[in-house]
Amino acid sequence: MTTQALGFRRSPVAWIGGIAVAIVAWFAIYRQLEDFSRAAVARMPIPQGSALASSIEFFLYDTPKVLMLLVLVVFAMGVVRTFFSPEHTRAMLAGKREGLGNIAAAGLGVFTPFCSCSAVPLFVGFVSAGIPLGVTFSFLIAAPMINEVALGLLFALVGWRVALTYLAFGLAVAIVSGWVIGRLHLEGWLEEWVRNVRAGDIDLQPGQMSWVDRFEAGWNAVKEIVGKVWYWIIAGIAAGAFIHGYVPAELLSRIMGADAWWSVPAAVALGIPMYSNAAGIIPVVEALLGKGMALGTVLAFMMSVIALSLPEMIILRKVLSLKLIAVFAAVVACGILAVGFLFNALFS
Amino acid sequence: MRDIKVLGPGCARCKTTEEMVKAEAARLGIDVTVEKITDYEAIAKFGVISTPGIVIDGNVVHAGGLPKTDDLQRWLQA
Repeated sequence: MTTQALGFRRSPVAWIGGIAVAIVAWFAIYRQLEDFSRAAVARMPIPQGSALASSIEFFLYDTPKVLMLLVLVVFAMGVVRTFFSPEHTRAMLAGKREGLGNIAAAGLGVFTPFCSCSAVPLFVGFVSAGIPLGVTFSFLIAAPMINEVALGLLFALVGWRVALTYLAFGLAVAIVSGWVIGRLHLEGWLEEWVRNVRAGDIDLQPGQMSWVDRFEAGWNAVKEIVGKVWYWIIAGIAAGAFIHGYVPAELLSRIMGADAWWSVPAAVALGIPMYSNAAGIIPVVEALLGKGMALGTVLAFMMSVIALSLPEMIILRKVLSLKLIAVFAAVVACGILAVGFLFNALFS
Repeated sequence: MRDIKVLGPGCARCKTTEEMVKAEAARLGIDVTVEKITDYEAIAKFGVISTPGIVIDGNVVHAGGLPKTDDLQRWLQA
């Protein structure tokens, strides 16, 4: 019985069939969400068209929508990531010089999976394999900045134009910041042991992955990531629902609109100490954009929340001197400011 | 006696890996010593760049993510 069940679970036909059924059901449910939330609010004993009704409707519509999108995006990304590994990435970057190397590193940073506790071994492994410091930074900046969950949710909630520009400018910040750090020649600011370590090269036998393995990896990613972030998302949607119903649009567009030049630096300053999950920030972004907050300001806020987090800097302190961390934060913050200003100038 | 090292700075996955190794060795009745390595410099010297990593008798057999049970079994019996 158990071996039979196991055999079924390992069958590619069962997986592909299951995924096909799940996708059809997904779209069928997804299309009903808006009607469902409107009907549910209409049955509640609250005045129609009030701020409260509008908030609840936003919440009831957005919660299943975001969670469903998240499952889809995380599954797809989980499968894609089985084609990349940090060891592979290191080998690919090892021969690269600055410039092209920065571009490749930023691109690979988007797809290469590694958990945050691997950031230090990864950094050391890259540097000791002879990958230039600036190229290593391009990788390390791109990896959290262009979070696939954030990208997928932006695409679905705010539109492809915003998602694509976020991707392009996120890559640009990672490439240029890494390049600038490389030009500064700060190798001497690494902790001493990092400069001296000569990492052995390991010869791992990469077990052949079947498609079933890849699908399973995708499903495991769903269980792990969605299981970890769902409460952030619900909190984010609740905040978004409040903004949607109660915050007057004129207020936000006046203080956070494109005319207020200081709104971009303020958003970055506000974002750095905040450590939120990218998934929790997007529903707030959706609501803020709907209220007329300028796109550049919103993007700058998002990028600084995601890419410049205090906990990450504390982890990196193990391998970088404080001076180098300060340079890293300053260069990335400047990049984010530039993106914010540029967007507000372009899209207002 | 097989000498096993689990490499990882101490995240949840690294702890789970250590427990998996111990449980699988006990199940197979293989005599092992399991040592947890959390020092970044020591991890780097093994050449492991994604954790958790597993070293058996000096050979790195695994890096990055949780190991699969059947792989563990294979490595322990090899």
